[in-house]
Amino acid sequence: MKLIFELDKPGRRGFSYGANDVSATNPLPKKYCRLNQAQLPCLSELDVVRHFTNLSRLNFSVDTNFYPLGSCTMKYNPKFTEAIAALEGFTQLHPLLPQLSSKLAQGSLEVLYEFEQLLKEITGMSAFTLQPLAGAHGELTGVMLIAAYHKNRGSRRKYVVVPDSSHGTNPSSAAIAGYQVKVIPTGADGYMDLEQYKKQLDNEVAAVMLTCPDTLGLFNPRIKEIADLAHNVGALMYYDGANLNAMLGKARPGDLGFDLMHINLHKTFGTPHGGGGPGAGPVGVNEKLVEFLPISRVIRKEDAVFALEYNYPKSIGYVAPFYGNFGVILKAYAYILALGKDGLTRVAEVAVLNANYCQSRLKEYYDLAFDKTCMHECVFSASRQVKHGVHALDIAKYLIDQGYHPPTIYFPLIVQEALMIEPTETESKESLDAFIEIMIKIAGLAEENPALVTRAPLNMPVKRLDEVRAARQPDLCWKKS
Amino acid sequence: MNIPNNIFYTKDHEWARIEGKLAYVGISDYAAHSLGDITFVELPKIGQMLKQSAFCATVESVKAASDVYAPLSGKVVGVNAQLAANPELINQSPYEKGYFFSMEFSDEAEKNNLMDASAYQKYVEGIAK
Repeated sequence: MKLIFELDKPGRRGFSYGANDVSATNPLPKKYCRLNQAQLPCLSELDVVRHFTNLSRLNFSVDTNFYPLGSCTMKYNPKFTEAIAALEGFTQLHPLLPQLSSKLAQGSLEVLYEFEQLLKEITGMSAFTLQPLAGAHGELTGVMLIAAYHKNRGSRRKYVVVPDSSHGTNPSSAAIAGYQVKVIPTGADGYMDLEQYKKQLDNEVAAVMLTCPDTLGLFNPRIKEIADLAHNVGALMYYDGANLNAMLGKARPGDLGFDLMHINLHKTFGTPHGGGGPGAGPVGVNEKLVEFLPISRVIRKEDAVFALEYNYPKSIGYVAPFYGNFGVILKAYAYILALGKDGLTRVAEVAVLNANYCQSRLKEYYDLAFDKTCMHECVFSASRQVKHGVHALDIAKYLIDQGYHPPTIYFPLIVQEALMIEPTETESKESLDAFIEIMIKIAGLAEENPALVTRAPLNMPVKRLDEVRAARQPDLCWKKS
Repeated sequence: MNIPNNIFYTKDHEWARIEGKLAYVGISDYAAHSLGDITFVELPKIGQMLKQSAFCATVESVKAASDVYAPLSGKVVGVNAQLAANPELINQSPYEKGYFFSMEFSDEAEKNNLMDASAYQKYVEGIAK
C-alpha cells in the first residue's frame, strides 16, 4: 500500500475555503510564520477516505479479531459507552467552563465526583485523582505521592522495591521519580522470593510496588505478610492495577494492605486502547496520602452543588491539564454503572475461567511457566518448540496469518520464549476453542514441518519483517524522491 | 554455548577478563544468545566510577532491554566505540570484538565474588533445566 504522501497530485483539492473576511492589514508577525510551505499532499476527499479505510482494513482490532495480548486486557469495548460519550451536553463543554462557573458544568462535575466514589468502593481506597492520562502516568503520579509523603515526614528514602515479575513501568516510574530500584527475584514456586525481600527491606525503602496478580498470572498468597513487612519499616505499598480485571468484586487492594494504586480504565473498565492513547490512569490513595493528591479536586458541597477545590497546600500540584481524559472517564463510568456490582464480579470470574480454560487445554502442548491455577492470564514457554527451531516469535507470526492477534511474547522477561495469553471475559467458548485448535496445530507443525511456521506470515500484505534491520537502521521519515 | 576458560563470570551473565590492572567487560555468549539480535547498547562514560553488581550499561535487542551490572568496582578507562554502529558484534563475538568497556579495577578481592568458567557452565546448565 502506498503512503498518503505518495498519492499526492499537485492542484487536487478536497476542500474549498470561503473568502477571507479578516482584514489583512494586521498580518501575523514574521516570527510566527512558517519558513517553508507545509508539505501536505494534495488529494480529494475520496482519496483520503479510501486511503484510511483501506489502512484500517489491514489492522487487527478487538472488533475484528480475537486479541489475547497478555497483560493488556483487550476486552470488547461496548458501543453504548461511545454513544454516551458523544452526548452534546458533554462534548460541547469548554474545559475551562467549570473553572469560570461551576454552576454551568454541574453535570460533568457530578460525573467526575460520582466516578471517584465508584472507584473508591471498588478498590477500598479513600480518594482518587482522575487526572493521569495513562497507566504509566498514574504510576509516576503515584511515586511522586510516595515521595511527597516521605518528604512531609522528614524521612529521606532512596529505594523502591519491585519483584522481577513486575511490569517494566514499575521500575521505570520509580527511576524517573528519582528512586533507585531494588529488584527481588522470583522463587521456585513462582512467587516473589520472600527471604530475598526481607533482606532488601530497611528504613531506606520508600515503597514496594507490586503487580497483582503478577505478570505470571499468579496471585501471591502472601500479600498480607509482604504488606506488613513493608509497613514495619515505614514503606508504602503500591498496587499496580493493570491486572485488576482478575480481582473485581472479589478482593480490594485497600483491604489487602495497599496504600495507593492506579487503575487502567482502558483495561479494566472497557474503554478503547488507542494507538498509544488516550488512556486514563486514575490514582487512588488511602488516608495516609489524601492530602498530597493533585489539584484540582471535585467536591460536593452541602447544598449538593459540585465544585472544584484547590485548597490543598500539600498537594503535588497538577499532573495534567484540566480533569484527565474526560471522555474516557465518562465511558468507564457508563460501563461500571451498566454492569453494576454483580456484573463486575462476573467479569473477574469469567476472565479467570477463560484463562484457566486456555491453560488447561494447552498445557499438554506447551510448557507452562508455572503449573498452578492462574488468574486472568496464563504464561507458557515455547521452549519445547524451540528444540525444533520454532520460537515464540514464529508462533506469533503464524497466528497473524490465521487471523489472530498474537499473545504477548518474550514477556515476562523471567520466562524464556514466553507466550502470555489473556483471553478476557468477553470471548465466547467458541472463539477460545478456535484459538486453542490453532495453537495445537502449531505445536504439531513445530515437530513435523517447522518451516511452515518459521516462514509465516505468508497471507498478509506484509511478510516477515526484518526486525533487526528496522531497529538497527531505522528509516522513519518519508522524503520526496 | 561458548564459555572461555580464562575469564570470570557473574550470575547476571557479565564477564570480566583481567589483564594486569585492567579488566575488560562484556556479556556472555549465553546472555547474547538469550537476548537475540542486539540492536542498541548504552555504555558508561570514560572516567565513570563503577561499583560491583551496580548498574553500568543497558543492552537492547529485538526482544527486550536489559540492564548490565559491573562485575568489579573501579573506573572506566575505555569503551568499545564500535558497538554504537555495530551492536551485532556482541552476538558475533561476545568475548572479543563485542566487549563493552575496559576498567581499572580497584579491589582484587572482589574476584572472589565471581565464577570461573566451570562454575558458570554449571550455573547456566542449572538455569536451562
